[in-house]
Amino acid sequence: MTRNIVELEQKAKQLRRDVIEMVFSAQSGHIGGSLSMMDVLVALFYGEMDYDSQNPNRSDRDRFVLSKGHTSPGLYSVLADVGYFPREELMTSFRCIGGMLQGHPAMNKTPGVEMTSGSLGIGLSAANGMALGNRHQNIGSRIYCMLGDGEINEGQIWEAAATAAQYKLDTVTAFIDMNGLQNDASTKQVKDMLDVRAKWEAFGWKTFDINGHDFTEIFKAIDEAKQTKGQPSAILCRTVKGKGVSFMENVVEFHGKTPSKEEYLLALEELS
Amino acid sequence: MKRSFRAVLLEALNRNAENYPNLVVLNADSARALSLTKFTATYPDRMYGMGISEADMLSTAAGMAATGLIPVVVGFSMFVSEKPFEQIRQSIAYPNLNVKIIATHSGLCVGQDGATHQALEDIAIMRMLPNFKVFVSADVTETKSIVDAMMKYDGPAYLRLGRDMAEDIYFEDKVSIPGGADVLLDGKDVTIAACGMMVEPALKAARALEEEGISAAVLNVYSIKPMNDKLLLEYASKTSAIVTAEDHMKAGGLGGAVAELIGQDHPVPIRRVGVNDRFGESGSQEELYLKYGLTAERIMEEARIAISAKRQIVS
Repeated sequence: MTRNIVELEQKAKQLRRDVIEMVFSAQSGHIGGSLSMMDVLVALFYGEMDYDSQNPNRSDRDRFVLSKGHTSPGLYSVLADVGYFPREELMTSFRCIGGMLQGHPAMNKTPGVEMTSGSLGIGLSAANGMALGNRHQNIGSRIYCMLGDGEINEGQIWEAAATAAQYKLDTVTAFIDMNGLQNDASTKQVKDMLDVRAKWEAFGWKTFDINGHDFTEIFKAIDEAKQTKGQPSAILCRTVKGKGVSFMENVVEFHGKTPSKEEYLLALEELS
Repeated sequence: MKRSFRAVLLEALNRNAENYPNLVVLNADSARALSLTKFTATYPDRMYGMGISEADMLSTAAGMAATGLIPVVVGFSMFVSEKPFEQIRQSIAYPNLNVKIIATHSGLCVGQDGATHQALEDIAIMRMLPNFKVFVSADVTETKSIVDAMMKYDGPAYLRLGRDMAEDIYFEDKVSIPGGADVLLDGKDVTIAACGMMVEPALKAARALEEEGISAAVLNVYSIKPMNDKLLLEYASKTSAIVTAEDHMKAGGLGGAVAELIGQDHPVPIRRVGVNDRFGESGSQEELYLKYGLTAERIMEEARIAISAKRQIVS
């Protein structure tokens, strides 16, 4: 565990490279949202969460649920790096027949994946269920859930938001990856959720609005969320889709587009 | 004697809650309707009211199961199978999580609430899901035995109950197992394979057929998936004519499952009693069963057709 920002920034860069490499190698996968959420994942897995990749089923571990499951490359690159499975799998298994790394996360196939996801809108409910399950068994560990800002179009997210507040699930922290783009266009153009922070507030959540690429701000919000009692926390992370690769940043096509050979080489160079 | 599914559900949950400390119950604003407020009183920290949010409820149950709880989701069939079907598929079936769904108020027997509440498709959709076991209960004793059976293994299950009152079929020593089916009556001319609320009319039909000189076997196929293929094939071979009966669409339910099996492994004439590709309506259970053809008389009619078809094939 480290909160050394220089180290974490280096780590995030390395893992962004892995994302590019695995998507290029599979010729399929979602880069944009993997890159936008990466700094939050690095903060969690290298500077906050209590888990043991050699003992993935330890009952009192902190858990991370990737509700926006299409950004699995981001999660897989982290899980491999922290030791859940060999890094080679990223290049040989992702989206490949018989592989352990499915296009969208599958908890029974990939160690470290806490919940199957990919159909948008279901992860926060599952995260609540884990928090309730832990509470029932007097386990105090925390549940982190990553949502997309397009994903919150889904009605189930708001059902789950109400559940977490009703049950005062203060062990739940949701991150909303506010990169401003979804599959077809900007979130404003597709279905504008207007004042997202006000919505979470109104649902009874403690809210934070931070720069999702600034480790100091990320850790500050995580720590404050941990101190918050009696209500869940939502951390709105202002991020850039495609972060770290200049020609992918804020480009809607790189939601699910595979880079060409030239783009791939250029991206790796930018991230070196 | 007629007894209430709802009363027995409470008893079954209470008993299993004692045996399984990790059993918790989830409902979507229906604890009163399901007469489960006493469970809440006995186990206040083990009853989770989820509000009217069934999709959320099913995915929450999945998260609970991931931490080792045994969530039992109870609710009207329509709202714990068809409405949150996608959540069941993605959050429970695919990851093979240990969530038990108990669905009350299924089929036309719901009665006066009408078509919106009459789940006539739930057996079909639930048996399509890998990893799921699917049960249908015919009476209160069987309900208890199936709930016990569901708790004994690690994995998802769906149990379908009727609305409320059901005639007793079984004595107290009834045991149910996944993949089980019971021979309630033996016979040699035709096999009536029934489940749930149609088991009683099936028995009635068999007794009436007996008076016509037709010997009908009655099987209660309470485990739709896995199904007792061996027993069904044995009776297909023995009687060479099959009638299925269920309070469900003809398509995809017990009739569908039996037809798939028989068509592939031992083709004999098969007739299905069920709802014929249409929605129900408000009315009493008796009126609806009569209007939609869920009666002993219809079973008898289909039995005669099946037997005559068999003779045509032989001749």
